Amino acid sequence: MSQTYVVAYFEHEDDILGATRKSRESGHTIVDVFTPYAVHGMDEAMGLRFSRMTWVCFIFGMLGALGAVFGQMYITMVDWPAVIGGKPLNSLPAYIPITFECAVLFGGLGSIVVLFARSKLFPFKKPDFLLPSVTNDKFALVLKADSATITAKDLQPFFADFGATHIEERLEDTLTVAEGAPGSGPVHQTETTHH
Amino acid sequence: MSAHYSPLRVKLVEGNKSLGQITDEICRPMNRLPSKSWWLAFLVAFSALMMGIGAITYQVLVGIGTWGLNTSVGWAFDITNFVFWIGIGHAGTLISAILFLFRQKWRTSINRSAEAMTLFAVMCAGLFPLIHMGRPWLAFWVGPYPNTRGSLWPNPRSPLLWDVFAISTYFLVSAGFWYVGLIPDLATIRDKSTSKIKKFIFGVLSLGWNGSNRIWSRYETVYMLLAGLATPLVLSVHSIVSMDFATSVIPGWHTTIFPPYFVAGAVFSGFGMVLTLMIIARKVLNLHEYITTTHIERMCKIALLTGSMVGLAYGTEFFIAWYSGSIYERFTFLNRAFGPFAWAYWIMVSCNVITPQLFWFKKLRTNVKWVFIISIFINIGMWFERFVIIVTSLHRDYLPSNWTGYVPTKIEVMTLIGVFGLFFTLFLIFCRVLPMISIGEVKSVVSYANTRNKEH
Repeated sequence: MSQTYVVAYFEHEDDILGATRKSRESGHTIVDVFTPYAVHGMDEAMGLRFSRMTWVCFIFGMLGALGAVFGQMYITMVDWPAVIGGKPLNSLPAYIPITFECAVLFGGLGSIVVLFARSKLFPFKKPDFLLPSVTNDKFALVLKADSATITAKDLQPFFADFGATHIEERLEDTLTVAEGAPGSGPVHQTETTHH
Repeated sequence: MSAHYSPLRVKLVEGNKSLGQITDEICRPMNRLPSKSWWLAFLVAFSALMMGIGAITYQVLVGIGTWGLNTSVGWAFDITNFVFWIGIGHAGTLISAILFLFRQKWRTSINRSAEAMTLFAVMCAGLFPLIHMGRPWLAFWVGPYPNTRGSLWPNPRSPLLWDVFAISTYFLVSAGFWYVGLIPDLATIRDKSTSKIKKFIFGVLSLGWNGSNRIWSRYETVYMLLAGLATPLVLSVHSIVSMDFATSVIPGWHTTIFPPYFVAGAVFSGFGMVLTLMIIARKVLNLHEYITTTHIERMCKIALLTGSMVGLAYGTEFFIAWYSGSIYERFTFLNRAFGPFAWAYWIMVSCNVITPQLFWFKKLRTNVKWVFIISIFINIGMWFERFVIIVTSLHRDYLPSNWTGYVPTKIEVMTLIGVFGLFFTLFLIFCRVLPMISIGEVKSVVSYANTRNKEH
């Protein structure tokens, strides 16, 4: 079953923040917000939880560190024990630099890989639900049109306070839009002139 | 809602720009044919690179005997260059990671190109140990992998192996950090460009980025984590490089001051190079409104701070050489200042200790021409610092019968020039094919003035 979404476009950071906050307070379902840069305070406005990526980084970093410590111990104590510089076979302090570097390497690259996997970003991917100009100079708020009362027309005065430049409805199967998202799919368009 | 607007704050980007304008202006160099000055610079850099490739091919074919090394001076030009280039990279990471953690928003105009500089500098640095191996095609032997020789492992107690791990981690994490930072801008270019080829290439590279805040939220967390990881990483890299020297028992090298001294020197030399590059780039690409005099002045302040730290380290070294009571230490330092390499030592002191002190004067800090000249002096001085540390400590060691001199051969000088050519060739290409300034981040710093209420 396809779902109808209401998309409102804004031109300023303050407006999209205010509109998002108000939408959440009035109980609308916010599907997503699309912005050309990371808007400070948007996570709170949308009610997103704190990202768990910090744990991913920690776990990968620990894996790297433990792998490096045990790897070095295996090399110098088990597989090929050799006395070097009169030091004991298990010369832990000398392992610190490589352990640290491995922790950083695994933590860093692990976080990047998980970021891409979790956000479904990969080469040759067609962008989902790509709205016009949101990677350049427009901010878009996407709400779920759950009931008959949530239509672009009904929401017009609601968004007018925030200087919405354009409100449209889009009918999509999922949030994944297959073909040429910009401009395609608006069922009903309303132009609002705020200025 | 724009509570964070302050009339006292200096504008980070000049000329009240709209968001679309920022995209267009930053992408402008990518959309037009290169200018004459670009071609001229590229021609010079590329010729140097070609000469370097010739020199490297020759020394790989013939052997390390083509260098001016001898049994006493077993390390000289190549390691000097290696340490020099690694140091250059450090300013890029300082700008991209440390200034990010300290919420220094002015970094947004310069972080992209500074990070690119880091990557190119690390590539240049990595070449030298690779060539020094003599048989660079066996370079993978430094990695710990199971092999048919035993397995024969590299020695994890050796600072040279620490270096292998530090440099490769540094390169990979810096590259990841840089690419993650690029993705939103790549998507911006994908959506803006009209050419099919460009749309395809940037479409592949931008991984289907759509500006969703759910992704932004995760993305910002990862970006912060990478900055948090890169900060101790950059400090560790030059510390480990310094341990290549400090863990040996050579007078002039065997000192505990080396790690902080090297890190400060690295950041100092890196800022010298960033200033050189940025002053050229803003002129050639007409980016004065993005890389403002304020940016240059702030970078000068960091160069002043780190330069003073380097000066302090020189003084401390001398004091400790006397205070330690070790005759070898004392001799080495007197030999540095008054021996056969005194000329190199005094070039180093005048470029690194005296020159940066000129940055105390606001008039000089804000005068781009002067800053450019001083930045060149910093580059020269920091190259000589590594040369002095390495060669003067080796050429006269414990046994006077071991004493020799050192003169670089033509091949070594050609390799140095060639690697400069590699660095500038890469940087010039980067300026043409990728957004040199982080479009998204610049937008986020102009936004506080870019609210609807203020416009009317």
